[in-house]
Amino acid sequence: MVTVFPFVWLVATSLRASGTIFAFPPVIVPRPATAANFVGVWTTMPFGRFFVNTLYITGVGIGLTLLTSALAGYPLARMRFPGRDAIFYAIVGSLMLPQHVGLILNFVTLMRLHLIDTYAAVYLPGVASIFGIFLLRQAYLVIPQEIEDAARIDGAGEVRLWGQVMLPLVVPALATLAIVEFTGYWNAFLWPLIVLKSPDRYPLAVGLLYLSGLFATNTRYIAAGAVLMTVPVIVVFLCLQRYFLRGIMLGAVK
Amino acid sequence: MALRRTLVAYLFLLPALALLGVFTFYPVVFGTVLSLFEYDVISPPRYVGLTQFRALWTDRYFWIALDNSLKYLLVVPVLQFCSIVLALWVRRPLRGIGWFRAAFYLPVVTSIVVVGLLWRWLLDESGLVNYVLLRAGLIHAPIHWLTNPAIALYAVMFVTLWKGLGYYMVIYLAGLEAIPPGYEEAAALDGAGPLGRLWHVTIPLLRPSILLAGTLSAIAALRVFEEVYVMTGGGPVYSTYTMFYYMFDQAFGSLHLGYAAALGVVLAAVTIVLAVVNFRLLRQGGLTYY
Repeated sequence: MVTVFPFVWLVATSLRASGTIFAFPPVIVPRPATAANFVGVWTTMPFGRFFVNTLYITGVGIGLTLLTSALAGYPLARMRFPGRDAIFYAIVGSLMLPQHVGLILNFVTLMRLHLIDTYAAVYLPGVASIFGIFLLRQAYLVIPQEIEDAARIDGAGEVRLWGQVMLPLVVPALATLAIVEFTGYWNAFLWPLIVLKSPDRYPLAVGLLYLSGLFATNTRYIAAGAVLMTVPVIVVFLCLQRYFLRGIMLGAVK
Repeated sequence: MALRRTLVAYLFLLPALALLGVFTFYPVVFGTVLSLFEYDVISPPRYVGLTQFRALWTDRYFWIALDNSLKYLLVVPVLQFCSIVLALWVRRPLRGIGWFRAAFYLPVVTSIVVVGLLWRWLLDESGLVNYVLLRAGLIHAPIHWLTNPAIALYAVMFVTLWKGLGYYMVIYLAGLEAIPPGYEEAAALDGAGPLGRLWHVTIPLLRPSILLAGTLSAIAALRVFEEVYVMTGGGPVYSTYTMFYYMFDQAFGSLHLGYAAALGVVLAAVTIVLAVVNFRLLRQGGLTYY
């Protein structure tokens, strides 16, 4: 009740035809209900632009995260080479580093690379995911040795073995990672707030707050925007709940 | 052959290691070093030793921010208590309990901006919360949740609690599932009531989860920023101004990057001390289960 009601109120507000959000008594079932706010936020505000920006950043971010994790997890799980354990412990150990101190120099680095105010600046620092590397390493570890041996007898080299035999077997782990990363990239707020300067590159999170500041009086539009931003995450979450919670639990026991 | 294998392995690792190096290891290590330098991006860094830490000592805003960040830790025990109760409650194998769990998880996957705006409206002076309380006769005049300096910080804490509940609930559900059912049954046979079982059997066995969730939420509480930024902007009169907020302002507002780094180092030190205390407290007693 306490959890769901605020969402119900938000949807009700976004469907209202008139009035401020501070109506007494509060409106739960808007009459008449209207989609005008949704059309309005899309046409009179740069909301569509923010939506496309978010889709792009999320898409590229997830793609690159899956690729780097799938690559890095493999040798850590199934190859023997000098420095392997040291690298693995360094990667996992970096979880304990005070990341907030790093924010400052990441900004400087991106500035030196002339990447401030680009989409790349938003997703690049998050691409190498410690959680992702760990998750994929675990997935490669449980693949039976016989499968690898059989592929080697067939004459597969290291790269083919990875691409054609191992990779298809870790697809479930990749799916889990993709779902967890999806909410991360979709909702990212602090970092895009720091590195993006021009509003036409804003993702939804930063854009919505920006709009709410510009159009403080038209809260019904902002409410409609908030609903539009939330729907994709909720759909993904409800459809793929099991994988999602598995991801969180794996994250919790790591 | 062995050399080739090593080479291939490192090629596989290259993208991840390069990115981690540039965006994780390098900035944390040199961010710490930067706290000894004065740096404003435009002119080259100038070594000043511990001057900036000494400046912090006499900086009024530093103490305000530190005080608020430490106060924010209050949310940790409340959040953990509520999450444990919730986990115990939704653990029962009832029909449709999955939907319940999902409902509590919704705020976790919702953007902090949506959550912040939503509660900013609900907690407004003429918002829904005040309306309900007035109608129920619990208060006589609307409460200025986010504009009264004495209350604002706690109002933001409530939102942190509301958003985080589902996340910690899942951690505790995982912890509860790891407890073999035999323990509780044995205690029941020995005549322990439901509360006794909970207090003497379940909670002690849940200790590793409490340690994990407590540490995670304490670290998050010390670094709180986004809720504050969206809901109060650090005000009114600095009553919700936190360490992270001050660091953010110094670094990206006034480009005092070295000073911001010094703030970051102090925040990291506080975090480490707290994590150690947390471990000490919860490691005590017989943790024979692990």
